[in-house]
Amino acid sequence: MKKFLGFIIKEFISIFRDKRTMVVLFGMPIAQLIIFGFAIRNELNDATIAFFDQSNDYMTEQIKQKLVSSNYFKLGANLQSNGMIEEAFKGGKIKEVIIFEPNFAQKLLKDGGAKIQIITDASDPNMAQTLLSYTSAIIKDYQTSLNKQSDLAPIIQSEVKMIYNPEIRSTYMFVPGLIALILLLVCALMTSIAITKEKEIGTMEVLLVSPLKPIEIIIGKVIPYLLLSFFNVITILILARVVFNVPFVGSYILFFFIALIFIMTALSLGILISSVAQTQQAAMMMSLAGLLLPTIILSGFIFPISNMPLLLQWFSNIIPAKWFLIIAKGIMLKGVGFDHIWKETLILCGMFLFFILISIKKFKVRL
Amino acid sequence: MNAVTVNNISKSFGAIKAVNNLTFQVEQGDLFGFIGPDGGGKTTLIRMMNTLIIPDEGSATVNGLDTIKDYKKIRLQIGYMPGRFSLYQDLTVEENLNFFATVFGTTIKQNYDLIRDIYVQIEPFKDRRAGKLSGGMKQKLALCCALIHKPEVLFLDEPTTGVDAVSRKEFWEMLKRLKQKGITILVSTPYLDEASLCDKVALMQSGNILEINTPENIVKKFEKPLLAMKSKNMYKLITALRSYKFTNSAYPFGEYLHYTDTRETYSVEGIKNYLMQMGVTDAEIIPALPNIEDTFMQLMEKGND
Repeated sequence: MKKFLGFIIKEFISIFRDKRTMVVLFGMPIAQLIIFGFAIRNELNDATIAFFDQSNDYMTEQIKQKLVSSNYFKLGANLQSNGMIEEAFKGGKIKEVIIFEPNFAQKLLKDGGAKIQIITDASDPNMAQTLLSYTSAIIKDYQTSLNKQSDLAPIIQSEVKMIYNPEIRSTYMFVPGLIALILLLVCALMTSIAITKEKEIGTMEVLLVSPLKPIEIIIGKVIPYLLLSFFNVITILILARVVFNVPFVGSYILFFFIALIFIMTALSLGILISSVAQTQQAAMMMSLAGLLLPTIILSGFIFPISNMPLLLQWFSNIIPAKWFLIIAKGIMLKGVGFDHIWKETLILCGMFLFFILISIKKFKVRL
Repeated sequence: MNAVTVNNISKSFGAIKAVNNLTFQVEQGDLFGFIGPDGGGKTTLIRMMNTLIIPDEGSATVNGLDTIKDYKKIRLQIGYMPGRFSLYQDLTVEENLNFFATVFGTTIKQNYDLIRDIYVQIEPFKDRRAGKLSGGMKQKLALCCALIHKPEVLFLDEPTTGVDAVSRKEFWEMLKRLKQKGITILVSTPYLDEASLCDKVALMQSGNILEINTPENIVKKFEKPLLAMKSKNMYKLITALRSYKFTNSAYPFGEYLHYTDTRETYSVEGIKNYLMQMGVTDAEIIPALPNIEDTFMQLMEKGND
């Protein structure tokens, strides 16, 4: 055990003394988060909307006024029929259509409730999400002012409908996606480089002749990166929350547990690469081309999987990050519990076992 | 008991036969040298003895343990210093030593006696990163690291390559002292002049052992009388001798040139006359005792034929 601890301490010293490693480990997650975060952020300014007012009473007029005078929205068209909604969206200019039901004011005052339907064009998911939240806020505001005037508590029911991309697939997705990317980078890339470095400078030869067991060498190499990547996950979560207000609805414990499984999968991939690659450069090429690129493109991080050709959709199943993204998104944005994600978790575990078994088999106790 | 035995061992890399059917023993407590040019198979042979490479054919034992079956036990009893500098460049001298001590389940304190003579020389630099040490100091540190767990058999692969002459000399003196402490040392080197510092040497070329013996006995194998020659214009002297029809060999050694003749009997005067004809007027010719380098050159020539 003492041998093993000594090994881990040495590994930590090596990491902390290497400036390049430190930059990759700590600078990159932050830089990427900021770049991705700002790249997808949308300030709402004069978005063109349309109304389909089937009521045309004083209340709908007030709401419309309130919306248009808010500076966020600009009136693009007053629609006259349901059929025109589709037309309006297809024109491309109009991003949101707000529909008032007939006899809006009457229903609201008499029955205590009336309906507004908000339809947004979610082909630009971030925009749609922002529009929606602004609109809802303004309508809520109007409702509150109504409540103050009378003892009745009329409720305006906003019915939201996203068209073209109903699940708003990429909103906030950059955070789970980024976590997957960073973990893969730190765990797979950095470990594979760290192990092949020992081969390259010849220290592996000495380690092999030492009484350290192969499993101790591997685990000793891997543990520092496991801890550091956990640290990275926490940094990203804090930054995402503080800087970008990315919500986190689910359980943190469950999230860290899943992150741990994904980290181990990534580490096992790193070990696998290092058992094949002989030089640091080869290890880097394998990690970049074989892991990072597929992760960015095929995991659903940037491009929705459902939009891919069928063949690539099948292929995306063997990418660990895809499963991690489904889980992370579920926990972070929807707040789902383990009962909703056990299948994906099982797949990740299976992948981990598969890779680690191959790497242990492939690890050579000789040169 | 023999510290190391090697039986009909062979290893090929592709079409190249790196080690070709070698058999020999190393007695306990010996300082045993493998001498030969690069590509002679020294590193491969050492790696087969220290369990890092499995031979294609044959077998080897260290302390009576089989290198394939009992490799784990052997690894506890040996020290190994690979050919290239293989310490952690980003760790300091002390951290490197500490690391290897811990990995081998010991402490610097416990075996300090063994390494003290060597370590005191690098101790003033103990907070310096290993990557920033000079070649000679790197070798000393590597030796300390290989010794820190008090191995019974020490394998050193070209420890003096790329090290200056003074450090080389110091290094061999350290090996002598280690030998006195009962450690069996197997060392490889491309420097022929280091052969005479070993108890026993194996002259290696192209995966074969040309000769295995004590340095004294190897010198005795030199078959022909040897002449040492000197001139102000050494280049002219060499070219003249190389074109001489009776020349058997002519190699420069330091300030002299060592010469053997193909004839059974000849006179020094005859050679001098020939040299005068060739324009070398100041040739100084004296009889010389062969050293191990002469013998090795001779053996290598034979091997090439």
